[in-house]
Amino acid sequence: MADVMTPGLATGRLPAEALAENFEDLHPALTPHEAVVAADRCYFCHDAPCVTACPTDIDIPLFIRQISTGTAEAAARTIFDQNILGGMCARVCPTEDLCEGACVREIAEGKPVEIGRLQRHATDTLMARQGHPFERAPSTGKRVAVVGAGPAGLACAHRLAMLGHDVVLLEAKGKAGGLNEFGIAAYKATDDIAAREVEWLMGVGGIELHTGQILGESFQLEELAGSFDAVFLGTGLSGVNALGVAGEDLDDVVDAVRFIAHLRQAKDMTALPIGRNVVVIGGGMTAIDAAVQSKLLGAQNVTLAYRRGRDQMGASAYEQDLAASKGVNLMFNVQPKEAHADADEYLAEIELEYTADDGSGLKGTGETVRLPADQLFSAIGQTLTLDAGLELDGRKIAVGPTGRTSREGVWAGGDCTPGDDLTVVAVAEGRDAAMDIHRTLMA
Amino acid sequence: MADLTTDFLGIKSPNPFWLASAPPTDKEYNVRRAFEAGWGGVVWKTLGSEGPPVVNVNGPRYGAIYGADRRLLGLNNIELITDRPLETNLEEMARVKADYPDRALIASIMVPCEEQAWKDILPRVAETNADGIELNFGCPHGMSERGMGAAVGQVPEYIEMVTRWCKQYYDRPVIVKLTPNITDVRKPALAAKNGGADAVSLINTINSITSVNLDTMSPEPSIDGKGSHGGYCGPAVKPIAMSMVSEIARHEPTHGLPISGIGGITTWRDAAEFMALGCGNVQVCTAVMTYGFKIVQEMISGLSQWMDEKGHRSTADFIGMAVPNVTDWQYLNLNYVAKAKIDQDSCISCGRCYAACEDTSHQAIAMSEDRTFTVIDEECVACNLCVDVCPVQDCISMVPMEPGQVDPRTGKVVEKEYANWTTHPNNPGAVAAE
Repeated sequence: MADVMTPGLATGRLPAEALAENFEDLHPALTPHEAVVAADRCYFCHDAPCVTACPTDIDIPLFIRQISTGTAEAAARTIFDQNILGGMCARVCPTEDLCEGACVREIAEGKPVEIGRLQRHATDTLMARQGHPFERAPSTGKRVAVVGAGPAGLACAHRLAMLGHDVVLLEAKGKAGGLNEFGIAAYKATDDIAAREVEWLMGVGGIELHTGQILGESFQLEELAGSFDAVFLGTGLSGVNALGVAGEDLDDVVDAVRFIAHLRQAKDMTALPIGRNVVVIGGGMTAIDAAVQSKLLGAQNVTLAYRRGRDQMGASAYEQDLAASKGVNLMFNVQPKEAHADADEYLAEIELEYTADDGSGLKGTGETVRLPADQLFSAIGQTLTLDAGLELDGRKIAVGPTGRTSREGVWAGGDCTPGDDLTVVAVAEGRDAAMDIHRTLMA
Repeated sequence: MADLTTDFLGIKSPNPFWLASAPPTDKEYNVRRAFEAGWGGVVWKTLGSEGPPVVNVNGPRYGAIYGADRRLLGLNNIELITDRPLETNLEEMARVKADYPDRALIASIMVPCEEQAWKDILPRVAETNADGIELNFGCPHGMSERGMGAAVGQVPEYIEMVTRWCKQYYDRPVIVKLTPNITDVRKPALAAKNGGADAVSLINTINSITSVNLDTMSPEPSIDGKGSHGGYCGPAVKPIAMSMVSEIARHEPTHGLPISGIGGITTWRDAAEFMALGCGNVQVCTAVMTYGFKIVQEMISGLSQWMDEKGHRSTADFIGMAVPNVTDWQYLNLNYVAKAKIDQDSCISCGRCYAACEDTSHQAIAMSEDRTFTVIDEECVACNLCVDVCPVQDCISMVPMEPGQVDPRTGKVVEKEYANWTTHPNNPGAVAAE
């Protein structure tokens, strides 16, 4: 039986009960009493800053008032009108940077209204008590292809279906959900919420899901554009950036996105191999999710190594604190230099070089440090791999404000287009593109 | 430290905080514990005539109104007077008074409007050595249907008659408790005075239905699907009570009649406000029914601290101090001009002042792109609504303009002299100031 001290990679470092406890809901649902108390704190601000801060413009004061008057279903309706993935967003949004960060009670007392948890209370209540809340408009006879069943594609597909269009949803993976299903820390998406939410969302009707359909392999954009009235691309970023250091081809140097996807799909956490000494390279949410979950799986030492200072980290202060509270060691101003193997060609150490920025850009200082590592997760960003002949903006698909690409009849949104790579942003972009597609098709 | 000792009608108590006649004072057990907690006096739960005891409903007796965080703001009840035998109450009162000679103990009484009924009960009450009696002319439910309580309190002639009987057959102070369920409280107060009352106490509870159950369509509290109006009390009634108290305190014929203030008193501050409006002491009920007897500790320490800060050595120093400042609208100074001012440092940018002013008042608050809220002096009439809706205390204040300054709203110079409606040129009935 392995434990946290077992060298190398091992499964079952912690007993099943401990793992189950470790991966429990990070923010458990509010009880009805807690929800009323939390809702009472909302000031019902005029032109509320929280709404401005929400990429999907949810009318937050209104839904909180609806909770406080005992109508959580009406509150959920207010949320879903703007954000059909409001249930998932309530769990995964970096609220400290968005609505809660803008809450006037953050200014007043340093303690914002718990908007995220209240949103979850409302959406959970509606999803538990009744079926799908929206009805489709009469059929328009128009057909739209949506590529990618992640947050952007799902939001787009739902809105289009609601407006009466027929949607064909094409997903490369074996099931829908995108990063809600395959990314994101497990303790933020417990009880199979991502899959349940997709099923519930599909309840609107008019969406035909086809999995295992890869753009550029199973079908071409050209074909879609020819056979559908409109196309929406929500393909996300399927490539990962390479570390670019010697030793990165060793077996135990792994892309963190893959590790998380594997973990999210695992039926049995005790069967997941994890190192005794894990090092994660990166400073965003993926890096935090990989590091924290490594620790929760029973790794003895987990180090998150970020090349810049703490204040420049992509992950919020809240997420950094969460990682630290779980026992992750955060190292700043270090970049990977080389991954060293032992005699058996297993990863043994990661050599990091200290960095500094003297104003002319970040550079290695020459001073290095070696950490024992039997598993290394790389989380230094993902890239667009899609080559569909569309104009790019930097390394992403160039789009107008409502998601129009350079090709007529083709819209795009989500992580494959510029903007923050957040679920809630993807939902907003998918929804807005759907509205523009609708206007265009009905003109 | 300030001396909280109070002399009300010659009845001494270590502080002005008495418990009102109500469930908390229904029996020896409670009253002893209240005295141990520090209450200065107790008005015992209302006694009825000798005979079969009163019966109460066997379902909910109380209904409530809540504020944020389920804080109880208003309570109503359909409980009747004591449902324990008269003799039991009298024996207990005598024992308690003997053990707590320094505390005030008042007997509340409600018997039929017949001279004999009062003649029968008063000597028995006197035997308990209670410090005085309070006539319950206020209960608005149940007993009033039997010609007692508010049914008496709503007819000044009855008040005067019964008060006179009491003064005739009882030799200690008689306090008449008034109902607010009337149009002009000065009439029953004057009737009490004419009948020889030593004091009035007010207010008793207000006719009320606290809520309707939307599933059963029954008013709450619901007894087997039906509800009856109950007596409303608690913080929500305080403004009504204070207005009634002030009317009696400043009305010439009743001015000077001692008043025991009742109505939503929850903190030392509430008590001080009632006393400033002319109450010699105060009576508390809902606050202890919500938080227990212990709150008196805060009331004692708070009143002491405030009196020390203000230099009041005894309660007599400030009782009635606010009465001269209660006036009629027509005498308010129309030359007093103020403007709202928002303290940007304490503003949290919630925009409630803006919504209130923009939607429902004078469009006198401007909102900038970055959510800075500022008062437009040209529009501000100093209505105070922004202050009232602001969640941050002292963030918005009403700043008086100095005489000689020009009010940007009217373009007129602020006059130094006092001038009111009675002489205002727009008043058709204005009297020329000659």
